[in-house]
Amino acid sequence: MPVLLRLLFRNLLRHKLRTGLTLCGICVAILSFGLLRTVISAWYAGVEASSANRLITRNCISLIFPLPLSYLERIRGVEGVKNVSYGNWFGGIYIEEKNFFANFAVEPRTYLELYSEYLLPEDQKQVFLRDRRACIVGRKLAKRFDWKVGDLITLRGTIFPGNWEFVLRGIYSGRDSRVDESQFFFHWDYLNESLKKRNSVMADQVGIYILSVTNPELAAETAAKVDRVFKNSYAETLTETEKAFQLGFVALTEAILLVIQLVSFVVIVIIMAVAANSMSMSVRERLGEYAVFKTLGFGGTYLATMILGESLLIAVLGGAGGVLLTFPAANAFLNYLGDYFPVFLVTKQTVFFQGLAALAVGMASAVLPTWRAARVPIIQALGRVG
Amino acid sequence: MGLLFFYSLRNLLTRRLTTVLTASGMALVVFVFASILMLAEGLQKTLVDTGSFDNVVGIRRSSVSEVQSGVDRVQASIVETVPEVASGPRGRPLLAKELVVLITMEKRESGSRANVVIRGISEDSFLLRPQVRLAVGRTPKPGSSEIIIGRSIEKGFQGADLGKSLFFAMRSWTVVGVFDAGSTGFSSEIWGDVDQLMQAFRRPVYSSLLFRLRESADFERVKTRIESDPRLTLEAKRETTYYKDQSEMMAKFLRILGLSLTIVFSIGAVVGGMITMYASVANRTREIGTLRALGFRRTSILIAFLMESLFLGFLGGMAGLFLASFLQFFTVSTTNFQTFSELAFSFSLDVPITLKAMSFALGMGFVGGILPAIRASGMEIVDALREA
Repeated sequence: MPVLLRLLFRNLLRHKLRTGLTLCGICVAILSFGLLRTVISAWYAGVEASSANRLITRNCISLIFPLPLSYLERIRGVEGVKNVSYGNWFGGIYIEEKNFFANFAVEPRTYLELYSEYLLPEDQKQVFLRDRRACIVGRKLAKRFDWKVGDLITLRGTIFPGNWEFVLRGIYSGRDSRVDESQFFFHWDYLNESLKKRNSVMADQVGIYILSVTNPELAAETAAKVDRVFKNSYAETLTETEKAFQLGFVALTEAILLVIQLVSFVVIVIIMAVAANSMSMSVRERLGEYAVFKTLGFGGTYLATMILGESLLIAVLGGAGGVLLTFPAANAFLNYLGDYFPVFLVTKQTVFFQGLAALAVGMASAVLPTWRAARVPIIQALGRVG
Repeated sequence: MGLLFFYSLRNLLTRRLTTVLTASGMALVVFVFASILMLAEGLQKTLVDTGSFDNVVGIRRSSVSEVQSGVDRVQASIVETVPEVASGPRGRPLLAKELVVLITMEKRESGSRANVVIRGISEDSFLLRPQVRLAVGRTPKPGSSEIIIGRSIEKGFQGADLGKSLFFAMRSWTVVGVFDAGSTGFSSEIWGDVDQLMQAFRRPVYSSLLFRLRESADFERVKTRIESDPRLTLEAKRETTYYKDQSEMMAKFLRILGLSLTIVFSIGAVVGGMITMYASVANRTREIGTLRALGFRRTSILIAFLMESLFLGFLGGMAGLFLASFLQFFTVSTTNFQTFSELAFSFSLDVPITLKAMSFALGMGFVGGILPAIRASGMEIVDALREA
């Protein structure tokens, strides 16, 4: 066996340039495969961060239609509902449209109770709850615009016209890395009272209700109960788990997601072609040697192990490089495109798939050359030129 | 020179497996490159075709899209009296007051939910959009619960069939026709009578105004007039600009995605090409020596090997484009987050994209081949001939 290993390494180092180039190609492919998979999992960040005991109630026609505020007490009265909060997508723009971030008007007390994963220092929380013009933002968002507690922030409303001024009273951080730290929350009452002053038809209207349930196992039943209360009313509701709600958003862009998924496999296929090519060239050059091996009595299995081993060794080395590079690359990616992807984490699953892909490349690229080396008649291989 | 050309070609033929593997690696890269360009092009084309240059859209200031906008009846009538608005067939201003809302519908294939635009139309809506033609059935009668649906809606969504009814806003609406709006965004919409829809959805305000300009050059004047009128809180945009703005974010996203993918992929393919060419130089050292001994110059050797590599790139490019051209039969339907509604568009292949993809393929061939070719041309005759 040691002879086999020695042969493997010697063969590997015979064409340093070729081995190097192949290694480099595999490394880049595994790296980009990892990054693409991470982009996909970033898409699902909202789904991952959702909690099993939260439900979302919204207007059944579509998300752009609101629900009346009067539903609040009726939802609270439904059996199995523990706590209810509500909010509106505000859709405000900070200075320019490209500075996009999510901003919501929420009922602050209940919202923070429901989303206990948003960690806000107690003193900041008290000030935020007392001040009607107050807002809180996530740590990443504050860093992006260099906001400090006490700053005045003006948003231009797209759904609710006008300029809206807020005072930053707190900066929250996530309990774990899955929490989106780039959101902006403010008092729903501030929005509503301004709307009332203008006699707007949008006053006393709520975008979504967020419910927590006493028993997560009965979430589906509770959701159905809520919807039954409002059946045949002028604003019928659709209640689903937070996960389903978030998945709905992912499904909106599933076509793009599918493309990225496809592309992540294409990159592996491309590198398979490259690796298979370099293996088949090595084998072609060494056909004469293989004939000598055969003459000496080594069987086809031995040759196959030698070729497969070399191919796997290259793939594993390149793959390991790719996996190691994924982490710094993901960090760099986050620095550039963090505004688009609030959560960008390389998961264990991704690393596992990267390893699997590298092995697949190693195996697949050895198939044709092995078959050729094992099958070629000794005479023909010995007599072959070039 | 001709001899060297055939020498290159026959080399590719001799090493078939290697040629096929290298070229197919390049083909996949070209395929990805072309398909992303085609997608961005198709999206842009759809949204630019959607608007007419002489039409003006009026929406509430800073509301970005029709869905967020609101225009009350008083303001709508004020705009109707603007002198730059063209006259319709009956002498009335050619202006449509429309409602745009979104409803959730289920897709036919995946069953997942998507937001579909429902547009409440006035009498003039069809006149203002000549690109929208009735394909089957008839237009809805004013004042009735009848709707017509776009082609992409008919194809993509459950329950959207001629003669059937859709239930939303506590009423059932009969589908009386299907309209074809070519490759425009309107194909992904449902149209019905504006007053009926406003009542059903309990929306007392219109979403947008659309009117034709009497003179195309009047746009700046009408824009100033509308935007400086203290009674109005509207902004005016040419319809073409309006739709182009809406595709900006997604087109940018597609371009960034495409560019970064292509760069990464081309590294792989160039590496593949380089491996092939280095090997083919190393294998033919004695042949190179012979050629040089026969009197071929260094530059000729350089060109011969470069040509071989370029030819590999060309093969890859052709195969990639061939595959990509089939994508034209596919339609992508996804949500445009700027309008939060579903939009169907197809891959579109045109001459500039073909040229870009081809030159990209040749570029890969060149980069992959230049170093090995230099090595080949740099060999000394004696050393090369002595090589085993």
